Amino acid sequence: MSYIDNILFVLLLAAGFGYFAFNVKKLVRNIKLGRDIDRSDNPGERWGNMALIALGQSKMVKRPIAGILHIIVYLGFIIINIELLEIIIDGIFGTHRLFGFMGGFYNFLIGSFEVLAVLVLVSVIAFLVRRNIIKLWRFVHSDLNGWPKSDANYILYFEIVLMTLFLIMNAADNSLQLRGYEGYHTAGAYPVSGLISPIFENMPGATVVAVERMAWWLHIIGILVFMNYLYYSKHLHILLAFPNTYFAYLKPKGKFRNNETVTREVKLMMDPNADPFAAQPADTGAAPEKFGAKDVQDLHWVQLMNAYTCTECGRCTSSCPANITGKKLSPRKIMMDTRDRLEEVGKNIDRNKGTFVDDGKTLLFDYITPEEIWACTTCNGCVEACPVNIDPLSIIMDLRQYLVMEQSAAPMELNNMMANVENNGAPWQYNQMDRLNWKDE
Amino acid sequence: MENSKVPTMAEMMMQGQQPEVLFWVGCSGSFDDRAKRITKAFVRLLNQANVSFAVLGTEESCTGDPAKRAGNEFLFQMQAMANIEVMNAYEVKKIVTACPHCFNTIKNEYPELGGNYEVVHHTEFLKSLLDEGRLTIEGGQFKGKKITFHDPCYLGRANNIFEAPRDLIEKLDAELVEMKRSRRNGLCCGAGGAQMFKEPEKGNKDVNVERTEDALETQPEIIAAGCPFCNTMLTDGVKAKNREHDVKVMDVAELIANAKDL
Repeated sequence: MSYIDNILFVLLLAAGFGYFAFNVKKLVRNIKLGRDIDRSDNPGERWGNMALIALGQSKMVKRPIAGILHIIVYLGFIIINIELLEIIIDGIFGTHRLFGFMGGFYNFLIGSFEVLAVLVLVSVIAFLVRRNIIKLWRFVHSDLNGWPKSDANYILYFEIVLMTLFLIMNAADNSLQLRGYEGYHTAGAYPVSGLISPIFENMPGATVVAVERMAWWLHIIGILVFMNYLYYSKHLHILLAFPNTYFAYLKPKGKFRNNETVTREVKLMMDPNADPFAAQPADTGAAPEKFGAKDVQDLHWVQLMNAYTCTECGRCTSSCPANITGKKLSPRKIMMDTRDRLEEVGKNIDRNKGTFVDDGKTLLFDYITPEEIWACTTCNGCVEACPVNIDPLSIIMDLRQYLVMEQSAAPMELNNMMANVENNGAPWQYNQMDRLNWKDE
Repeated sequence: MENSKVPTMAEMMMQGQQPEVLFWVGCSGSFDDRAKRITKAFVRLLNQANVSFAVLGTEESCTGDPAKRAGNEFLFQMQAMANIEVMNAYEVKKIVTACPHCFNTIKNEYPELGGNYEVVHHTEFLKSLLDEGRLTIEGGQFKGKKITFHDPCYLGRANNIFEAPRDLIEKLDAELVEMKRSRRNGLCCGAGGAQMFKEPEKGNKDVNVERTEDALETQPEIIAAGCPFCNTMLTDGVKAKNREHDVKVMDVAELIANAKDL
């Protein structure tokens, strides 16, 4: 008896998972390039959010058509992957439909996988139509020019191929089972592929076996390739949506982060007992903290994870008051730029044996321009729209803080506004002593 | 304002009194001509309901909201801590304000800097006065009129307050009509994030016009707002659409005060 198939399979599996693990390690390393932020509070609420928003897709269905189609593909993905367990065990031990012993329950499983596979096919085709024929605004938006547009289509083609292979495999298997072919014991119900199997009726048994084997191998190879494609694609959201919703911001959206370095400074300034000539505390071995963010390393790790989680659906951008009135700002692009820059920094570190060598580029200026970030109204529309709780606004605010506090580079009118606040306690040039004049008008 | 009582915290303190609530007027409510009318309408309602309140008057200063959102954390915290020092000295416990930006900043961003108060938006406060029977509303001139409500971002999405202003409008026996983008999905008026104080970036439309079109689609007689900045933006939007003769932009407090002929 030959074990070549089994050995080949195990090698394939090891290569597939090995390379995936290699990239996951890189992913985690890159996310950890971000600043620290504590998101360990309220685990109960966090698990709840993950269950509702990631697992339960509660924000997806706010746009019902896309939402329902997405739920079908998502359920298909999760449920059909139960089959993967059997495929892996069969592959390693050279068995065939090992779980067939479950009888009726197995029939039910295979039958429902088939129905789901068809529903997934229909949904994926609907997605392709929305992107390429109906050309929905957010899918033909300039954010997606080039690779992102292809990436989205490749993912959909991939799913079509995988579902088709799954159904062909079952159809051939069913045909072989019906003729009692050696090695193909009766197992499973084939409500969908049963309609295709008559094609094989008049073919020689060996040919049908070849078709069945080929579909089986291509299916599992396809899944492994798809898994490894994730790291290079927007499709990472199928994994990262879960930690992303878990670690998302829990406070009211209007509460922006407090900068504690500034708090210490201001408290010192306002303390009448502070000695203005006191020497700096001696613990200043570290570089002085930068205000705001200029590059990805200045963002915190949840913001970087947000960037990897983004699947570029564009619901944020289609809710953005700046973008829909023709301004350059697009919250989706903020996330895509952050990821692109982070990848570039990661590759730089790989090339330079573990340390980042300055490449003269930064997230702000080289990827995101001041014009974009100054167009934001901080309305939180993008944050609300994101189906997986990504927060583009926090990145925009950090970039603004850098521009203003490190470079004094606010637009002139805002400098005037801030000078007024500083001098007379209002954004306009009115005397603070006139604040109550309205009472007598 | 004749016959209105607007005591300051300093005056109250001199008489050894502590008001039930501090009315935080805000810069817009203090200086902007249109917003001052909202301030006065709210004061008339407070007087009518016999609410013991006070203002900080000349001791009030910008909360720092536009500075923070423009990226100037330093200026924001300077403003915040100075305001907190004043309010803590007066032992302020509860604050009401007609500006969602002041509301959000004091409620959410002052606690970490040492300012812990119960902060309510004026629509919530008016709603509570009604619920407690301290204030009554009759439909009056607004009965049956079509009114649409624009959700201010810093009241709605930012702080999840959607119902209080709507409840008040419904109490006027008016016909409340919703825009296609409302509540959580409400579109910004274009003023937030310090945009109020600068020209917009290059684009093909102004945000306030886009939002005003949402409002006009509902064929309203009145566009109701709960924020002085939204009020300005929408008023400008209505003018841009040449509809100022038949569509009014009003604050919820003004609606109620007018219904009572105050």
